[in-house]
Amino acid sequence: MSNQEAGAPIDAMARPRRLARIFSRDHTVIAKQFFAMSIFFLFAGGLLALFVRWQLGFPGSAVPVPFNFLMTRAMAPGGVIAPDAFNGMFTLHATFMVYFAVLPMLVGALPNFLLPLQIGSPRMAFPTLGMLSFWLSLLGGLLMIATYFVDGGPASTGWTAYAPLAAVSHYTGSSIGQNLWILSLAILGVGLIHGAVNHVVTIINHRAPGLTMFRLPLTVWSFLVTGLLVLLALPVITAAVSMLLMDRTLGTSFFVPAGLSVSGSPLAGYNGGGQPLLWQHLFWFFGHPVVYIMILPGMGVVSDILAVFARKPLFGYRAMIYSTFAIAGLGWLVWGHHMFQSGMNPLLGTTFMASTMAIAIPSGVKVFGWLATLWRGQIRFGLPMLFALAFLLTFTVGGLSGIFMASTPVDAFIHDTYFIVGHIHYVLFGGSLFAIFAAIAYWFPKVTGRMLGERLGRLHFWMTFVAFNCTFFPMHILGIGGHMRRIYDPTVYAFLRDLQPVNTFITISAITLGFAQLLLVANIFLSLKNGRRAEPNPWRAATLEWTLPSPPGDGAFAVVPEVHRWPYDYSLPNAVEDYLPQTSLHVNGTGTGADS
Amino acid sequence: MIPSRSLRFGAWLLPALLLAFSLASCGDDSGDDADARKPLATIDPATAATITGTVTFQGTPPAPKSVRMEADPHCNATPENETPEVTQEVVVNNGRLANVFVYLSDGVKGRYAPTADSVVLDQRGCRYHPHVLGVMVGQRMVVRNSDATLHNIHAAAKINKEFNIAQTQQGQLTDQVFKHAEVMIPVACDVHGWMRSFIGVLSHPFFAVTATDGSFTLKGVPPGTYTLTAWHEKYGTLQQKIEVKERESTAVEFAFKAP
Amino acid sequence: MRARLSNLRSRLRSIGRRAAPPAFALLLLLAAGSEAGAGPAADSLSPGHRWWLPAASTAVAGRIDSLFILILWITSAFLVLVVLLLVAFVIRYRHREGRRAAHVTGNVLLEIVWIAVPAACLIAIACASNGAWSAMKEEFPRESESLVIVVKPRQFQWDVIYAGADGRFETADDITAINRVDVPAGRNVIIRLMAQDVIHSFFVPQFRMKQDAVPGMTTQMWFNVPAPGTFEIACAELCGLGHYRMQGRLIVHAPAEYDAWYAARLREKAAESASAR
Repeated sequence: MSNQEAGAPIDAMARPRRLARIFSRDHTVIAKQFFAMSIFFLFAGGLLALFVRWQLGFPGSAVPVPFNFLMTRAMAPGGVIAPDAFNGMFTLHATFMVYFAVLPMLVGALPNFLLPLQIGSPRMAFPTLGMLSFWLSLLGGLLMIATYFVDGGPASTGWTAYAPLAAVSHYTGSSIGQNLWILSLAILGVGLIHGAVNHVVTIINHRAPGLTMFRLPLTVWSFLVTGLLVLLALPVITAAVSMLLMDRTLGTSFFVPAGLSVSGSPLAGYNGGGQPLLWQHLFWFFGHPVVYIMILPGMGVVSDILAVFARKPLFGYRAMIYSTFAIAGLGWLVWGHHMFQSGMNPLLGTTFMASTMAIAIPSGVKVFGWLATLWRGQIRFGLPMLFALAFLLTFTVGGLSGIFMASTPVDAFIHDTYFIVGHIHYVLFGGSLFAIFAAIAYWFPKVTGRMLGERLGRLHFWMTFVAFNCTFFPMHILGIGGHMRRIYDPTVYAFLRDLQPVNTFITISAITLGFAQLLLVANIFLSLKNGRRAEPNPWRAATLEWTLPSPPGDGAFAVVPEVHRWPYDYSLPNAVEDYLPQTSLHVNGTGTGADS
Repeated sequence: MIPSRSLRFGAWLLPALLLAFSLASCGDDSGDDADARKPLATIDPATAATITGTVTFQGTPPAPKSVRMEADPHCNATPENETPEVTQEVVVNNGRLANVFVYLSDGVKGRYAPTADSVVLDQRGCRYHPHVLGVMVGQRMVVRNSDATLHNIHAAAKINKEFNIAQTQQGQLTDQVFKHAEVMIPVACDVHGWMRSFIGVLSHPFFAVTATDGSFTLKGVPPGTYTLTAWHEKYGTLQQKIEVKERESTAVEFAFKAP
Repeated sequence: MRARLSNLRSRLRSIGRRAAPPAFALLLLLAAGSEAGAGPAADSLSPGHRWWLPAASTAVAGRIDSLFILILWITSAFLVLVVLLLVAFVIRYRHREGRRAAHVTGNVLLEIVWIAVPAACLIAIACASNGAWSAMKEEFPRESESLVIVVKPRQFQWDVIYAGADGRFETADDITAINRVDVPAGRNVIIRLMAQDVIHSFFVPQFRMKQDAVPGMTTQMWFNVPAPGTFEIACAELCGLGHYRMQGRLIVHAPAEYDAWYAARLREKAAESASAR
């Protein structure tokens, strides 16, 4: 397996074979490792979300029996989740999902598998960096899991870890947990940067002859842009959490102002002079681009799947690429929209409102481009297509609901309410995760050589789609009612009492949604064993990976292919087939091979 | 080639980070504890003596500070809230000072096994009962929430581990055991800012809290020479050297003065 | 889709009434069942509108609501457009034997249209927003003509401070309260926020106002409530394990009542400091 990089210098260290297989430098193995890690954290994070939902749907009632095995007495006296444990759970839920489920999938598993294949390269640029990228991420993940079990409980300051709550351990009671949380993120950051270097350099240097930049599929473009975003964003968070760790352990005061008190007594051990808003600026300067890191690969994947299943060229290929860059570029100018109510100068609010509104334009270009790709197509509803269409719908909802919080005055009301929670889940679950599901269904045959079961897959799709909307759409209603996020017991407030049935409904839907995901795992395992054998190109797609056998096996592209056209030559009027692989030279007609 | 270099980089980076972390996060609960190494002692009833006394207050006591319990509607609901409108910071009756923690601070030989009975720190009517509490190292302290509201028990311990527990429900009980002697540990409820309590943790049973009449009694004290310390949350500490003789009762007076 | 639009329209009409928006209600009644119908009776603090915006109690809140509804209309229009097109295309262009898709790669004019139209809408939203934003956060009423209250939140309570008889803060005669803010109706009130430990956020849903209180700096918000009433103050920024219980009351008195309340507090304070002396 590890001798996949044909033509690469043979590993000089000559490690024992078994070790080499685990610490593999083979991009497909690394991709599978990332995939397994991501799926694990997806379920762990999902379970935590269900605990959180349980408390919100049925405040003060004990977690049902088979699921309370993860509750220590300190976390849930009498089975009822304690408020500090609740805070820890939603913190870990978001941390797991963002950093250890979605990021490893979209900047780990997907590009590692697809990159050399879609650009016709036998190898990645830096296989060892690829390997390190996984193992560092895994180490980060293990440390993050450990935070759940340490004394004092996990970090309980939200995935945003606002200072001084996160900077001074007296304020939460979580000491080791929060330190480990920080350390884990720092290590993950280093790991993802390793991977991003690998991906960007591979795309730039290792494309097959004839594969110009403007012949790359949107998926590869999105990997390139995300790689650049990771390289620019992750160092910021690594630096910021290092400062936070120093505040916590060495007594610096980057984020801690003077004159603080704890339980009514002066806080000792800090010199003060720090600025809590500095943390928010640093965090969101990373945090907003990271949202685009999580959505852009999804957009790329969906673009390609829509084209393949509509049997049509992607509508406005260059506009799609430019909008990807526009989103990524503008993504650096909008971080302040998380801070409209933070005490930041209100004049800046106007600036950030303008830049945030601007980002809706390239997003709109994408949505309308996808719709136009469907127009006059020959749409087949394969499993990947179902998820891609669902993505189109839910991303639209998520994008549109974002406009509410871009408006500074409206944000004054809905900021830190469930409207935001609904929005982020439409973008992250309805966006990133639906794209991930689409990608799993689409490339499963290429990875494993077997088709993903269609029937179970459809059941999974419909249950997920319905339960997803039932879970996250009502959150907007909660938000409109003023329901704050991150509160342990909404029934405390009179103005929220009428909304409690909505909370209960969301919880029931969320449980359904969670269990529906077991279908995916079941489907994957059943298909691995009994799935229909896959042809090299089951979707009749034009990109390079489909010219290889399924699975590609050792020595893929031992003979480097020559590329003659762009990846979207579907339904050319004069061609015999309704698609032309990128490697085909002749059209037996007049196909040009690139748009305008 | 870059991979091997980055391997080396990675190989150094991880241990370095881990080391930094472990250095950072230890030191929490590792306070050097001389008490733990002392030999175990028992009270010999044949020789045990008693220390009794009163704590007086000279001068005009400060006017009680008022408490705004309406801040939480659940707080006023308790009928037995004796003095709902004032703090318990300084309680003086006829020149006698209550809530003074009196204990043997020096001269006790050996350490004593913890009492089997547990002590209760009750939260009732948004107040701590008792306001000042003594507990032995290893003895069980039960924290009870008798109110239908949220209380959090935030103990700002320095030698013991700081803890911050939430009790959401009426009747909820939480056990807590202290590992090290520490006088005093301030306890606060952050939901009800006026709620304060102080816990004195000792490795011997020779401590008492003065009652509303300022009196205290320390029983079962072995004969010897001791330093007796009286601690008050506002007025600090007073100390006396005392000699305790076999089976005798020693009377002690402490007098705190208004500043 | 037409049904959806009419739902939307009736939802908009229902503002100012107690009726729940039918579209939402339909969705949620599925699960909530009878429980939804027999919810607890609304007390004085309840929003008065189930599953919709709480009643707007200040002029600024009304402005925010109209902005919200403007954005709701525009985004709903886009959503309906996308859904309609998606459904139409998926049905009309589903795979049929013997037909071939059109090899269309793009259209510059269309791209310009779907850049220009959303851009125009967004510019409109941004312009409309900025006026309200300035009114909320930039154009503060004059302090000399307003009631200034200092609120110092801490884990997990609101310490409220009024200037005493001397009209100044941080003096011995300050009037203090916990978790309770009393203000007169019809007068500009400036809340000056100074957090004592971590970040909190002063949130009154009926005012549509939220302002973070950041330790180490002073932030401000203002409001003017025309009519007396009682409101809940919530903390909107995660501040620790008691975050959800960091609850206060904001009581708006008729002006004369407020003056009487304030005078009573002044007397109380004077008596207290006399007994301390």
